[in-house]
Amino acid sequence: MFKQKNYLALGAVVLVAVLLLSLPTRASVRLKLAVGSWFLPLFGLAGTAQQLPADLADSVLPRRELLHEIDDLRRENQQLKEQQIQTAAVARENDQLRGLLGWQRQAPWKLKLANVVMRDPANWWHTIQIDLGSRDGIQTNQPVLTADGLVGRVSAVGFVSSQVALVGDPNCHVSALVENATHDLGVLTSGGPIDSSLVPLSYLASSANLKPGQNVLTSGLGGIFPKGIPIGKIVDAQSIEYGLATEANVKLNANLGALEQVWVLFK
Amino acid sequence: MNFFNPVLILSFAFLTVFGEATLSGPRNLLGAQIDLLPALMVYAALKADIVTVSLLAVLGGLWFDSFSANPPGISIVPLFAAGFPIHLRRELILRDLPFAQFVLGAAASALVPALTLLLLLNGGQQPLIGWGSLWQWIVLTAVGAAATPVIFALFEWGGRTLGYRPHTEMGFRPDREIRHRKILK
Repeated sequence: MFKQKNYLALGAVVLVAVLLLSLPTRASVRLKLAVGSWFLPLFGLAGTAQQLPADLADSVLPRRELLHEIDDLRRENQQLKEQQIQTAAVARENDQLRGLLGWQRQAPWKLKLANVVMRDPANWWHTIQIDLGSRDGIQTNQPVLTADGLVGRVSAVGFVSSQVALVGDPNCHVSALVENATHDLGVLTSGGPIDSSLVPLSYLASSANLKPGQNVLTSGLGGIFPKGIPIGKIVDAQSIEYGLATEANVKLNANLGALEQVWVLFK
Repeated sequence: MNFFNPVLILSFAFLTVFGEATLSGPRNLLGAQIDLLPALMVYAALKADIVTVSLLAVLGGLWFDSFSANPPGISIVPLFAAGFPIHLRRELILRDLPFAQFVLGAAASALVPALTLLLLLNGGQQPLIGWGSLWQWIVLTAVGAAATPVIFALFEWGGRTLGYRPHTEMGFRPDREIRHRKILK
């Protein structure tokens, strides 16, 4: 029953697996991205297929509705321009005050828009792939966010695509600060395998004064995420380790389950 | 078995992995991303040769890992471990019975993620595991079990439609024909 051919197949498969698993980290990342590029034609097809209904819908939209939409967008554009002028004035004032105090000037964030092309098929990781790679200047550890808040960090970079470890993934720990009177510091650690919107905030001091609804922001510690990016809100908190520390649950602002476009932050 | 079956199996695996990486519907609906590779492995183990089973394990595993944060190659051994014993005992299994396919699909779909997690933990990785993982494991097992008979039916249909039929010899052979010689007087 156990023929020689079966023995050979068993040996060959185990050998291939061992060889692949013993590759150095850099080579294994390159291999993964090279194998992933086999699927590029399918991504092109899928993108076209997704775009087609939208194009069709656009072509049959009534003229009156389009004009109404243009009016709305013009009004919104005007409001945004006014806000931009106000923001620029505040930024100038901020720079002047920083200069008077002798503080370093804050560099403005540069953002690059990326499309989310896929999610991790394994249930035990929370990662996504975006369509920006090293040819677009992407590097590992760059913060990734949406207009709502922090999403994660770039964990691996290929030529045309990159992998992003989401907040709550074991490979994305974030130093966070609670927006309260005591500015309690903690670290966002691994979340649960099912609910990606709830992430534990650990290593908080036992005296932390946490209340549901308080905002959680990046603290700027750790050197990856700049200070002040909104992350989420405190849901609940409990004392752990026999009262020596506090742990809280944070409801993330960004909906990690329905990401379509994200911003990659360049420092 | 003809040439189309291995090509169909590998093409299906390719599309399956692509679908798992791009479609978030099952994840949002069931709380777990389904994986059809173990169910496909059951079909390959029962209906294809050992080369196809090995290729499916290596390529399917590598494709899956290329989209995941898994180290590349970690899914190969669990997939092969699910298919190899079935292939060895394929003559003893009532492979055309949907119930047998269902049970084997459930066993393979339960074994593959459990073995992958075990290998990951053994390799020093820290995957997301919690009580929710139990639910995900149940979903993977149930969906894999239900999908296996469907995959069998799909491939039977695909084989009939796309594959060539093996040449069957007719009972009539011209060289064996009894020729009636004219009796010359």
